[in-house]
Amino acid sequence: MNSKRRDFLKIAGLTAIAGIAAPSAFNTLLKGEAIASAGGQHGAAVPTGKRWGMVIDVKKFSENPDLAEKCVSTCHTIHNVPDFGNKKDEIKWIWVDSFQHVFPGDSSHYKQPEALNSMPILALCNHCDNPPCVRACPTQATFKSKDGIVGMDYHRCIGCRFCMAACPYGARSFNWRDPRGKDANGQPFIKAENPKYPTRMRGVVEKCNFCTERLAIGQIPACVEVAAQSKALVFGDLNDPNSEISQILKTTFTIQRKPSAGTHPSLFYII
Amino acid sequence: MYGKGRIIPALILFLGLVTSPMWYKSGDAGKMPKPEKPKDYTECVAPTQYMRTSHMVLLNEWRDDILREGGPRIGKTANGTEYVRSLQNGCMKCHSDKKKFCDDCHNYASVKPYCWDCHLQPKEAM
Ligand code: SF4
Ligand code: SF4
Repeated sequence: MNSKRRDFLKIAGLTAIAGIAAPSAFNTLLKGEAIASAGGQHGAAVPTGKRWGMVIDVKKFSENPDLAEKCVSTCHTIHNVPDFGNKKDEIKWIWVDSFQHVFPGDSSHYKQPEALNSMPILALCNHCDNPPCVRACPTQATFKSKDGIVGMDYHRCIGCRFCMAACPYGARSFNWRDPRGKDANGQPFIKAENPKYPTRMRGVVEKCNFCTERLAIGQIPACVEVAAQSKALVFGDLNDPNSEISQILKTTFTIQRKPSAGTHPSLFYII
Repeated sequence: MYGKGRIIPALILFLGLVTSPMWYKSGDAGKMPKPEKPKDYTECVAPTQYMRTSHMVLLNEWRDDILREGGPRIGKTANGTEYVRSLQNGCMKCHSDKKKFCDDCHNYASVKPYCWDCHLQPKEAM
């Protein structure tokens, strides 16, 4: 009799706990679903305000082979991005990779030009309209602001790297080492510090910020400025139908990285 | 009382030892910090008393407003002087010597803010 009573109490207790926990867990799940699907709908809400975007003309970069590297070094210099000198620790806000790495398995057929696979492509954070990194971040260190830029508050980053796992584009890098440190030869990882911009510290994730600090004072992103003359990069407001970028998107065929991921990138490539 | 002869002196000794830090420093609050004020500027972004107690709150407000709400990067003092709402590019423009300004109080209060793990201090003062 006694043991049965114990069993009954145990089951009653467990049922009570399950009864309390299940609805809230269910709600959280449902909410996540709702947010995820809201961003994924086409033409659901009428866009208002600015949404920054960028067109990358791959052909223009092929015509001018040094241009991409110039964009990379300019960005990394003004943002105090450290160069740790090895691939494993590499920090990159913007980088060059081959077509087959930037657009893996996204071509509609396999008989594409051979030369395409090794073609260098400039890549950076897509500032997705439906950013998985933002949903993954437990501290809201990564967030999406009204102008479409996916930003980071490095003060809040706890270095869990959930966002890196969530980003389908490898746009985020983790500071395994102290960016303010020096290499074995006594050379600082940040070659020349830009006194106007902070550095990061060891243990935080970093990525491209679409040059928010420049946009705020009426300048265009640094990489776009470098490539402005050849119009290899065009930056502008996607919500403004008359902006240069909207006109280009209306008249030219462009592709996005991994459209199937449903992230709705703000970057468009002319191949 | 049993053992009076030992307990009372021992108690007095114990109390004396426990409170010794107070006796040792009595009447002396240590050297008060005297952060060096900027020479060319007389007006700060907020009243001195507020800045003394709450500058860290203000910095957090600037950060959240600018980063998340797209707030203005430029602010105006009560007398209409414009300033950049930024530690590195704003505060340090006037308070250009971190050692003589920030560190003076922070050391006294024994607080170790992590601002400078990322933000760069003005070069000439480093
Ligand atoms: S590493 Fe930092 S930014 Fe990334 S998810 Fe964790 S807290 Fe958020
Ligand atoms: S590209 Fe990656 S890091 Fe950038 S917004 Fe999209 S998911 Fe986030």
